[in-house]
Amino acid sequence: MSATPIQRSVDEVTRTQRGARLLLDPWLLLATLGLILCSVVTLKGATRNDIPGQPLFFFERQIGYAVVGLLLMGLLARFDYSRLREFTLPIYGLLIGLNVLVLGLGSVARGSRRWINLPFFQFQPSEIGKVLLVVALAGFAVDRARRLGERPTTVRLMLLALGPAALVMIQPDLGTALVYVALALTILFVAGTSGRQLGGLVGLFAVATVLVLVVAPAAGVHVLQPYQVERLTGFVNPSHDPANATYQINQSLIAIGSGEKVGRGIAHATQTGLNFLPEHHTDFIFSVVGETYGFAGAALVLSLYALMIWRILRIITLAKNLFGALIAGGILAMLMFQVFVNAGMTIGIMPITGVTLPLMSFGGASYLTTFIALGLLQSIHVQGRIAQTSKGRALVLS
Amino acid sequence: MIQPSDERRPPITPQLAMRVAILGGFALAMFAIVFFRLWFLEVLSGDQYLAQAQVNRVRDVSIAAPRGEMVDRNGKILVENRRAIAVVVSPPKLPADPAARERLLIRLSHVIGDSTRPQPCKVGRDRTPRIEVDCLIRKDVYQLPYADVTVKMAVPRAVTNYLAERAQEFPGVSIPQVFLRSYPYKSVGAQLFGTVGQISGKQLHEDHYRGVRGGTVVGQAGLEYTYDQYLRGHDGATRVQIDALGQQKGYLRQRPPVPGRNLRLSIDVGLEQAGQAALTTGIGLANANGNPARAGAFVALDPRNGEVLAMGSAPSFNANLFARPLSDRVYRQRFGPGTGDPLVNRAISADYPVGSTFKIVTAAAALATGIITPSTPYTDNGTFSIGAQVRHNAGGASYGTVTLRDAIKVSVDTFFYRLGQMLNADPVQHPEGGQLQAWARKFGMGAQTGIDIGGEHSGTIPSQRWRDMRDREERACRKRNHGNPCGLSDFRDWSVGDNVSLAVGQGDFLATPLQMAVAYAAIENGGTIVKPHVGLQVADRYGRVLQKIDPKPARHIDIPNLDAIQQGLHAAATEAGGTSADVFAGFPKPVFGKTGTASFSNKPDQSWYVAYVPDAQRPIVVAATIESGGFGAEAAAPAVRLILSQWFGVKKEVKTGSSRTL
Repeated sequence: MSATPIQRSVDEVTRTQRGARLLLDPWLLLATLGLILCSVVTLKGATRNDIPGQPLFFFERQIGYAVVGLLLMGLLARFDYSRLREFTLPIYGLLIGLNVLVLGLGSVARGSRRWINLPFFQFQPSEIGKVLLVVALAGFAVDRARRLGERPTTVRLMLLALGPAALVMIQPDLGTALVYVALALTILFVAGTSGRQLGGLVGLFAVATVLVLVVAPAAGVHVLQPYQVERLTGFVNPSHDPANATYQINQSLIAIGSGEKVGRGIAHATQTGLNFLPEHHTDFIFSVVGETYGFAGAALVLSLYALMIWRILRIITLAKNLFGALIAGGILAMLMFQVFVNAGMTIGIMPITGVTLPLMSFGGASYLTTFIALGLLQSIHVQGRIAQTSKGRALVLS
Repeated sequence: MIQPSDERRPPITPQLAMRVAILGGFALAMFAIVFFRLWFLEVLSGDQYLAQAQVNRVRDVSIAAPRGEMVDRNGKILVENRRAIAVVVSPPKLPADPAARERLLIRLSHVIGDSTRPQPCKVGRDRTPRIEVDCLIRKDVYQLPYADVTVKMAVPRAVTNYLAERAQEFPGVSIPQVFLRSYPYKSVGAQLFGTVGQISGKQLHEDHYRGVRGGTVVGQAGLEYTYDQYLRGHDGATRVQIDALGQQKGYLRQRPPVPGRNLRLSIDVGLEQAGQAALTTGIGLANANGNPARAGAFVALDPRNGEVLAMGSAPSFNANLFARPLSDRVYRQRFGPGTGDPLVNRAISADYPVGSTFKIVTAAAALATGIITPSTPYTDNGTFSIGAQVRHNAGGASYGTVTLRDAIKVSVDTFFYRLGQMLNADPVQHPEGGQLQAWARKFGMGAQTGIDIGGEHSGTIPSQRWRDMRDREERACRKRNHGNPCGLSDFRDWSVGDNVSLAVGQGDFLATPLQMAVAYAAIENGGTIVKPHVGLQVADRYGRVLQKIDPKPARHIDIPNLDAIQQGLHAAATEAGGTSADVFAGFPKPVFGKTGTASFSNKPDQSWYVAYVPDAQRPIVVAATIESGGFGAEAAAPAVRLILSQWFGVKKEVKTGSSRTL
């Protein structure tokens, strides 16, 4: 009785060491590498004139982030994510701590206090917080696995997510706060929360949105900064005020539209090259793809995301335990939300929120966060495959 | 062996499979939306966005085209261009924030040396005091929205360097090169050329400026206006690539400016200068006689074709003053009350009584109607009676029996009084007057001559109908004026006395010096009423003539026994006893001329002289007048001698006449 688990775990360890690489999800890896390639190629063209004398500044750094990120992903894939369950509370504590710290120590850039300056790079707690929140929420959910679907559990999980979301909101980083909410809802959904409770939550958020955007300003209370309101509502009518709030949307639409079927090429992409497109290396990199490589290029990038999302959905079903399925579900929400909100923003169907495009946008914090997420996914995949095979053997043995 | 635990779940439950499928379906729907939107943007409406991207990145920077130059008939430059840098503000590109806008304009004012003290500023109904630059911008925007506003013409190089180096700190401010008019001869002929200025909102819709774009500098008056379509060039443009901050990032292509065509004038600048000097001399002579003369005018025409050889008006002004905007203070100082209206071209824009110079018209009318022949004798006893009224010759002279020739030579007033009486028509049957008025009209009086410099007055030929019109005006004026008389009319009907006055160029008759010159040109050339013109040729910058300006004569009139009038004029200027014979004593060319002395009831007489010199190569007609200059022989005639001396290269001598005729 006591020997069997040891035996099996030894067996597992040897398997992991021998065949971990083979057990990675090859399609997910392909999508990852494909997007990295798209990102560096696009950045190389788009940022060649951004810093005089250093045409490869962003290109080189992004490659560096990618290499570090891939290594990190590989390490995480070999590691059994299930161990993280024991650290649910510390992880959640880290999440809250970092986001409180940034409010005290963070450096201010463009009106936001989101970054902590470290010797080598700027550290953005709200980014890494996404993964921390996914793991923590999954852990809390599994702790109450027997009472999943009950209203107190749902409320408790939601409050656990809303706490850090509120901290991020006052930095202010509205986009990331919305990511937190979206991934919490998805974790609840995957965990089997009833449709009525989820519907109630969604309804609650709708009411809150109306309160914040319409009722509160009318009553003289400004929960959001005026620029945030303008960005959130500007996409409804982009040609209304081309000079100010919706300038970015218009320029992005012009950039993407002017790419036509196969793009204008790097040299002729004037919207990017002449800086009409704001933030062309981060938030609006999808517009750069649209302008430079046209519908063909944008469709390729979207297809790689579709491939990635399909694989994540599969990984949810492959997970060896609920913890894994919930983590995969949370990461799915995180990536999907970012892809659709960011791409939607550039094509004028979503508000401007400052959400980056995973793996495409330049930025160390965003890159590393995504790679940690992908590493966790690969780990879930690897563990799931191992469990499948060992489970099969265990059944045979018994 | 496998124990179900909290962290172990059975392999995929149907519920989870369902939920994963829902998530997958959601993702699929989102991808579909994004793909459709991309398809719509890039494939279906890509060309529109491509066009917008093009508009985004290019900007056309206008390059001013120089206007054509004006040269005199011998090619001497009268009007040229001077390069300068202007400071131009594009109001839509100024900061939208009022405080930032104010700060920028104050800083700009410091740089260009304008006052930063708020001054009264009336824009529409807004009377808020504003600084000079802001007031100017608001006024211009009020009149012509979206147009650029030139806040300073011709700034020093230091200022242009300062602004060029700090272009980013002055959004909406540009410093284009412009061309300013420059007049090397300063006050000579200053009233002829006219002015240039930016086209106004109203003018943009006028046919005269068809095809001109807003912001272009066009001719606003005088020759600049009349020949604007030739003088005006086509502004060029440089198309540059700009980035999102509006900074130039590359040069795409250039459309070079096309300079305007040059205009050759019929003016002879030497004669023009001599004429101005002669006016000054004439005024000086009048002053020496105790007459308070200050102003005068002269015209010299080629009687064959109406080319204006010279035309001047005193007092004059330095035309270069108008090359840049004048402050109100300087304007008042130079052109305000008490300056003698130097801007008025008295040669065409002043209506004067013309005195005895009109007698040729009376003579022509009398000869044509047959009431006299050249040999009809008339016995002058120095007086002439109309009813109870008795009129005398000037100075109470009595000339005995005279014919037309002698009557012109010595200017016998009673002779012409008699003709005026005989030519009078019944005012009821002929409200437009009789043959005297008809002949005045034939000679071109009472109507504009059609000269090409604008601002011309038409003068007055009095008749019953004219009196009726003045009566109506007087009544209307009194109504406005609370019943007080306006002095336009005394409500008297036309009388024979009026016609008698008209016969000697007095009474209500008024004409311009140019009209008199045209009339005398007809005497010289045998009855052709020329259309005077200052423009002669339009040429390109290489001197090739593109167009000749040679307007057809207005008409030809048939004057029977014209030589009798000519003989009279010749005798007047050359024979002993002629009214201007002493003025032209020793002049080597045959002068045909008539003095005139127009009386006013409330100021000194106006001195007139109109003359012509027939010459195979260089015929000329000159009319000159000095306001308050006294007798014709005292001031105007000596001035004409000086002008003719210049034209024929004769030594200039000032000789005054002793004739005291009117």
